[in-house]
Order: sequence, then structure tokens, then C-alpha cells
Amino acid sequence: MYIYDSIDRTLVAERVAEFRDQVARRLSGELTEDEFKPLRLMNGVYLQLHAYMLRIANPYGTLSSRQLRQLAHVARRYDRGYGHFTTRQNIQFHWIKLEQLPDAMADLAAVGMHGMQTSGNNVRNITTDQWAGVAPDEIEDPRIWAEIIRQHVTLHPEFSFMPRKFKICVGAASHDRAALRIHDLAFRLHRNAGGEAGFEVMVGGGLGRTPYLAQTIRPFLKKCDLLSYVEAVLRTYNQFGRRDNIWKARIKILVHDLGAEAFAKEVEAEWQSIKDGPLALDAATVAEIASRFVYPDYEALEDGPPELAAARRADGRFDRWVNNAVANHKKSGYAIVTLSLKPEGGTPGDATAVQMDALADLADRYSFGEIRIGHEQNLALPHVAQRDLPAVWRALDALGLATPNIGLVSDIISCPGLDYCSLANARSIPIAQEITRRFHDLDRQRDLGRLHINISGCINACGHHHVGHIGILGVEKNGEEFYQITLGGEADDHAVLGTLIGPAVPYAKVADVVEDIAAAYLDLRTGPDELFIDTLKRTGIEPFRERVYAAR
Amino acid sequence: MPLVENGRIVEDRYVRVAADGPIPERVPIIVPAQRFLAEADSLVRRDGSLGVDWPNDRRVAELEPWLGHLALIALNFPKFKDGRAYSQARLLRETYSFGGMLRATGEVLRDQFHFLVRAGFDSFEVKKPADAAVFAEVLARYSVYYQPGADGRAPALRRRLQGGAAPKVRETA
Repeated sequence: MYIYDSIDRTLVAERVAEFRDQVARRLSGELTEDEFKPLRLMNGVYLQLHAYMLRIANPYGTLSSRQLRQLAHVARRYDRGYGHFTTRQNIQFHWIKLEQLPDAMADLAAVGMHGMQTSGNNVRNITTDQWAGVAPDEIEDPRIWAEIIRQHVTLHPEFSFMPRKFKICVGAASHDRAALRIHDLAFRLHRNAGGEAGFEVMVGGGLGRTPYLAQTIRPFLKKCDLLSYVEAVLRTYNQFGRRDNIWKARIKILVHDLGAEAFAKEVEAEWQSIKDGPLALDAATVAEIASRFVYPDYEALEDGPPELAAARRADGRFDRWVNNAVANHKKSGYAIVTLSLKPEGGTPGDATAVQMDALADLADRYSFGEIRIGHEQNLALPHVAQRDLPAVWRALDALGLATPNIGLVSDIISCPGLDYCSLANARSIPIAQEITRRFHDLDRQRDLGRLHINISGCINACGHHHVGHIGILGVEKNGEEFYQITLGGEADDHAVLGTLIGPAVPYAKVADVVEDIAAAYLDLRTGPDELFIDTLKRTGIEPFRERVYAAR
Repeated sequence: MPLVENGRIVEDRYVRVAADGPIPERVPIIVPAQRFLAEADSLVRRDGSLGVDWPNDRRVAELEPWLGHLALIALNFPKFKDGRAYSQARLLRETYSFGGMLRATGEVLRDQFHFLVRAGFDSFEVKKPADAAVFAEVLARYSVYYQPGADGRAPALRRRLQGGAAPKVRETA
């Protein structure tokens, strides 16, 4: 958990004051909506179908219980009693009134939160592994580096009006849980042959209309060079990225058009001229940032306490949940608990104010006051003692946050779609809801095993459909909602884009198609140990395509 | 369109020269980029301050041989959203150590002021008179910055190490 100091707090407070002035100028008519638009966008305020939407940044997906309580307060006081967690580890409120926005922002600023750079053509919220700092397979906490980048790019004088938005991700584990390769710029912390930790630099990833995976332009970057390298990449993009066509403005197009090698050459030349300047990170600076990350004072505990084993034997539902939602922690005797925001028939990523408040209390009691947000739109309690798991489960179960479907077919990533978003061509949420109803039988879900479904309501791909094992993309045909289905996408270490299986299907048929695909997998797999994605890799998409279109 | 320098609205001393018109004697002039490059040898020998109007899609490295002779470089923001000139300004100030004036032209609105100043601009052709009138007030909105810029202000990382802003009481955010 990063502790704000007076500088951080002052900046957020000054930002709220500035925004209050901008809203006053808009309400008085001094600013037109056109003039107000870029200003509100720089503060995370979008105008959607029915109301303004406020998006709040949760840097690298870490929240304190105090912050979560304040989000509950904002949901209750200014919105309709719930919030929506996004694939960028942020939270959105969809029903806020313009005149109340400055007050909502001031309430958030009181706990160090803001909407700065959650929209607009600037560097967006820096994301990372939601298990950062607690995952057994990471070499060090990537949030230190994410925080250093976050500070550097906040209200950056040069990079606040880039050709398009810019997403940066930092990972440090052997397994990529942060979807590094779908980012504009990604850093993977690893050790070189000499044992020194540094960054692999990847650039030019992104989904949307023209999906690309990021390419490695530098296998190893010294830690002291992180900020100068970020600066060189952003400077190259800011000058040479396309601005004539919004669909070709992301850095992925520049990298693709120039070629990764030529792009890298341009970056390296710029970097050489600045790397030894004021951006070179010295040990004292890094230590200063690291010192403001506070870690729990863990107890000395053994793995596998007897009360846990007894509880698992006594209650099959609890045992199922432990198998599904509890992961190993780097500290013995502790566990990482993932909380499903994907109940049957629910809106993926939504949490009510009641749930948020109760979860904040649980975090205080059982997780050192800390909560995480993952890009899969689920939450996590990162430091739960294994002996407390039965109590935590009972509480989560009562709150509706213990659906044992993590990583399964009903753990769907979905954008808000046409129910909220003015860009969407089709609805996403009802599609997700219908799929969760079709697969409500948990035994059937468990039998299907790991299976990721991603749904986007338009080509902007906020639901990351290209990297879903099953990707569903809403399109509009003659005024009706149709959905394209892709298969075989992956967002992790083996990142790959899915393949379109055939003509789009109408709204009412999407859940049937997903059932057909699931049935095809069960017929085709060599046995229960072969995951959906592995069967697909072995057989190719043809047998799935046949199954889906044979009857249509 | 009011011109702001040193925080105040001032008269523009510079005369803008056309791509092919006559060049006046002994007054400060701003010459379009193409003409400047074509006639640079004679322009730099002329008596009077010399400025160039540089487009945002041309590398500022091309100006390097002439920087010592230029009193002013005008950089352009064709639209509020088009931020290429911020990079040009920082390159001129920090990489090429340009010490003359950097003028922001085009769609220059109040909410860009602090970015412009931090990127190294010190002359501003402000689009709306109401924005120009509140220039100093708008700049005072922010007292802390995270990153080093061309304005020489100490960024947060340095201030913390110097102990100037270390919090006495730590609050959990």
C-alpha cells in the first residue's frame, strides 16, 4: 500500500479546485460543451447515453479499506448505490450529475483518489499484476516501478495531448497476470544472465479495430533507465504518431508502419540523449518511493493449518470455493482470495455500496486493510491467513461474493455495452447474464474447466474480446444487434489474438453458440485434463466452426 | 489575439513576414519556415531580431545550425488537442539549449498554460482575451509537480529527497 505524502495530497486537492472552476464555467455557459469536453475528459468524466460517467483511477489495482468505504459513499450519495470495476483496474460511476461532480471528486480526494488521466489522450492508469507484492512467482514488487511511472506521467507537461490514449503496464512475475502484450508500452521485470533485475520493454500492443500484440524492442533495460526510456518512447510517439485519423492514432499503428526495428532505433537515439540527464533514477530516489509502500506485519504461520483442512472436509461448498478462488501466497500460512464479481445473472464487475462497505470491514479484519482489483473485473483480498479462510468464506458467501467461478465459463469479462455506452453498437451485459444462466450448474462449469469469455459491445474492444478463449464482439447490421465470435485468444504469457469463426449471429443466438462451442470441446477433448484452449490448439477452429454453423 | 509575456499582456514587437513579401529593415521579424531555410544565410546577417515560425510536423533538429542567431521560435498548436509542439519546445530547450523566446501560437487556451510554461514556452498568443487576462491566476493553480520540466522547478522526487516536503504525519490514503 502506497502512502500519500503532502505533495501527492496537494496535487490532488489543486486538481479538484481547478475542476470545480471548470464545471462552474460550464454551468454558467462560459464554456461550451465542446470546450468543456477535453477538460472533463482529463478528469475521467465522460458523457454517456443517459448521464455523465466518472471513472476513478486505482493505481496498479490496490485499494485501502478506507478508500473502498469512500467509493461506497460516493456510490450511495452521488450515484445509484453501485459502481462498476473495469478491465483497467478502475471503477466507474455511471449516473453522476454534472453539478455534483466537484463534490464527489473532493470526497474522493480526501482519501487520495481522483479521476485524473482515466480518459483523454494521455498516459492512463498504470496497471500491474493484481497479486503484486504477494505472488510467489514474482521477483520483486512491480508496484514500486508502476508508482514511479505514475508520478512521472501525472499532468506531464509534454504528454498530456498525445495522438491518442496510452496504456502502460508493469509485470514482475514468471506468469503474466496483467496482459502485458496488449499494452501500448509494457515492462516485464526479470533477471538477466548475470542475475541483475531489469526490464524487458514491449511496445505497440492494443486491441480495438486493428489489434496487435506488443513487440519487444529491448530485452533488458537497467532499472535506473526506466523513466528516461518511458520519456523517449512517449516523445517519439507524441511527435510521429498519426493525428489525421483517430482509428490509426495509437502507437501500435506507428510501430507497425515504421516496423518495430525502425521505431526502436528512433527511441534509442532519443534515449541516448536524455538517459544521463535528470530522469536517471538513483538508488535514493527509488528507495524513497519504495519506503512509502507499507507491507503487512505478517504473523509467523505454517501452511495448511488443521482448522482449514477440517472445514474443507466438513463443508463441500467451502471446499469447492477454496479450490477455485484461493491462491498461494508468498508468505507461508497466508493466501490470496479472489472475490467473484460475476454472480449468476449479474453485471460483470458491478459491486454495490453495501458490498463495498462490508468488504472494507472484512479487509480490515482479515487482510491488513487491503483490497485488490484485477483486470478480469474481480476483486481480491491479498493477505488472508489460511486459518481465517472459513470465516472469510462465510462472510463473502453472505455478501454474494463467493461464487466459485474464478477462471470458469461464467467469469466473463465484459464492457458496459449499449446499456450505458454511447460508442457501443450492441448490448454486452445481457449477453453475459444469459451465458451465466445457461451455465448456472457449477459442476458443469467445473467440468468445462478454465475458459475465458470476453465480450465487447463495439470494435473499441473494452471487453478485450480478441484475447478471450471465446471472444464476442457486438456489431450492428441493418439496425439490429449481431455478434461476431472469435476463438483461441489469450492474454497471458502466450498472448495471441483469436480467430473469427464465421458470420455474425443475432443477439438471441449468442448463448446457444457458446453452448455449442462448449459441447464441441467436451466431445473433442482427449480427457478432462485437456483444457479448452489446449483442445482448440490441437484441433484448430474447424471442428468448432462446423458445430456452430452446421445447424444454422 | 492578445500576447502574454512575463505574465502580462504586451504589444507584439515582431512583424510577421509573408512567404514572398518584402522584409522590413531593423524591426524584429518572424519568417515562415520554408523561407527561413531558403534565405537563412542572408537573414542571419540582417540587422534586427530574427524569429522563425516552425510547423509542428517538422523536426526541430533542422534548426540546429541557426539556433544561435534566432531570438524567437514560434511553435504551433493548430488544435488544442494537437500536442506535438510540447515535444518540440522541450527538445529546443533541453537538448539544443535554445535560450531565445519560444512562442506558443494557434489554439492556445487557458487550460494549457501550465503545460506550456513547464515545456519551456515564455511567449503566448492567447486565443481568447478572457483567458489572457487570467494568465497569472491560472498558473498559480498548481504548486507541486512530479516531473522535471524545462522551467527548472524542482520535481516531487527531488523535493522529497531534500526533505522539503516530507510529511510530518503520515496518513493512510
